[in-house]
Amino acid sequence: MNSEISETVEAASAGEVAARVSAPPRVTPRAWEVAGLLALIAGACLLPFELSGFRLFQFTQVFVYAIALLGLNILTGYNGQISLGHGAFYGIGAYTAAIMIDRWGVPYGWTVPVAGVLCLVVGFLFGLPALRLEGLYLALATFALALSVPQILKHFDGWTGGSQGIVLSRPAAPLGLPLTADQWLYFLSLGVLLVLFMLGWNLLRGRTGRALVAIRDNPIAAEAMGVNAALYKSLAFGVSAAYTGVAGALSALAIAFVAPDTFNVFLSITFLVGIVIGGLASISGPIFGALFIQFVPNYAQDISKAAPWAIYGIFLIVFMYVMPYGVSGFLRLAWRRLTRATAGTRPK
Amino acid sequence: MEIFLQQVVSGLATGGIYGSLALSLVMIYQATDVVNFAQGEMAMFSTYLAWSLMNHGLSYWLAFALTVTVAFVGGLAIQRLIMRPVENAPILTIVIVTLGLLVIFNSVAGWIYSYIIQPFPSPFPTTAIRVGSVVFGPHDLGAIGVTLVLLILLYAFFRFTSLGLAMRAAAQNPASSRLVGIRVGWMLALGWGLAALVGAVAGMMVAPVIFLEPNMMSGILIYAFASATLGGFTSPGGAVLGGFLVGVIENLAGTYISFIGTDLKLTVALVLIILVLLVKPSGLFGRAVVRRV
Repeated sequence: MNSEISETVEAASAGEVAARVSAPPRVTPRAWEVAGLLALIAGACLLPFELSGFRLFQFTQVFVYAIALLGLNILTGYNGQISLGHGAFYGIGAYTAAIMIDRWGVPYGWTVPVAGVLCLVVGFLFGLPALRLEGLYLALATFALALSVPQILKHFDGWTGGSQGIVLSRPAAPLGLPLTADQWLYFLSLGVLLVLFMLGWNLLRGRTGRALVAIRDNPIAAEAMGVNAALYKSLAFGVSAAYTGVAGALSALAIAFVAPDTFNVFLSITFLVGIVIGGLASISGPIFGALFIQFVPNYAQDISKAAPWAIYGIFLIVFMYVMPYGVSGFLRLAWRRLTRATAGTRPK
Repeated sequence: MEIFLQQVVSGLATGGIYGSLALSLVMIYQATDVVNFAQGEMAMFSTYLAWSLMNHGLSYWLAFALTVTVAFVGGLAIQRLIMRPVENAPILTIVIVTLGLLVIFNSVAGWIYSYIIQPFPSPFPTTAIRVGSVVFGPHDLGAIGVTLVLLILLYAFFRFTSLGLAMRAAAQNPASSRLVGIRVGWMLALGWGLAALVGAVAGMMVAPVIFLEPNMMSGILIYAFASATLGGFTSPGGAVLGGFLVGVIENLAGTYISFIGTDLKLTVALVLIILVLLVKPSGLFGRAVVRRV
């Protein structure tokens, strides 16, 4: 049964070749792939002992963004539901953490999972009415969500501190670990990132991932194959929101400050830019996307002080010209070409 | 009652502005199936152009005509030069390119004209018109009139000219249109040009009210999206009517529901829109698009 579904998925995506990214990764990890991944993680673990405080903070932010982008990618990349409102879930996560720590004195470690669960519920509930909407109209509805969150946050200023926001203190390393606050937050985000990426990878390469992609590519055929589209779509919304909420909570810890206007519409748009630049429907895409949205604006500022965003816009357009399927799509294509070239020359 | 009427009138005035930008969004969407996020910034840039022409001593209507022409050609050029390479890319890739255009226009406008707020003249007389105790701003009335005239012109163009028919055909069925000899690529470009033209008019109508500055359109664009959604992305008339509705609802909710005040006005308008969408997913006047599976 499962293999039948996956064949439909492939047939469906073959039909729409260019329009969509290929089916979720069903590869079994090879030894060298695992080795490469471990080397990357080892490199990431060494980084905090090489970089200064601010650079390190930037990389912490990259990990946080990557978690949020993976969340959005589950919804938009794999399930085909466009969301312009994930900044809202990011904001809900951040405020959950801030209110728990500042108003209720909860230890910060608890805030991250609670933010995730809360956003799971909110996302699932928002996903239910969103079932009736698709494409553009869903994008607009989520856009509305993104717009109203800063206003709502400002309105309930008894809890949220209004437009002043809430100032937190940065958590110190536990158990007497010889780490600075920057280094500890870096490792915390890296740890959460690894756990969530493992979970996401497991979720997406199996039955659930296939169901999500099948719904994206052809909802009617998917339902005919016995996929409960309504359930999977709202679940995708919930899980996606949960990832983004966790990222938001982590960002509140890392920045030690939350204010309503940080979670504006442009944050949501930035997330969308991140997943498209990184590559839709891929696990590695969010990392590339996070690097882009964290570093390219700074880089643009270095090039032109007068009109940095014009440079950023040009980067966006050029990236899309060169890699219409995002960085990971580009790498996949390049890799396929490369291996095909060598396979062709190899004697049989 | 007087307050009510006054709020409705000023709601209609702002609604006309939302409606005219919504109209330009719907134009591009109908012609190319793309939501152009740069629409507001293109309008802002055209308005700056009109402003600098007037600063060089041109009369209002001459500057108006020149700006509208340049906007039309500019929209055409953007489609041909920038959008065309990604024509066959996934829809989200195209959306990101329009976002790129948005930040470029915004940043370049700030760079050339600075972020200082500038006044922009209105072509209409300044003395207020009173009917009973309700005050009509002449500029508001003029702006509504201009929006309606545009709508009628566009309707006539699409309904009664062969070029309009060709554009509709190209949007609905590109393959068949190509077979009967319609140059589909140019029809799309024409759609962009017309939308840029409508946007430029909207920009010049809104600038006297909210003043000229590079970020002037970001708020308006959001309401324009909302209006287009409410009216239906497939219906130009619906988009304009959606604009009026959003303007009036926003004003009335802000005045009469004390919990809302001014800070939750936008939220209320958006919640209403979502409710409408839940009942009628393709907007009030849109038609559902049926696709063969």
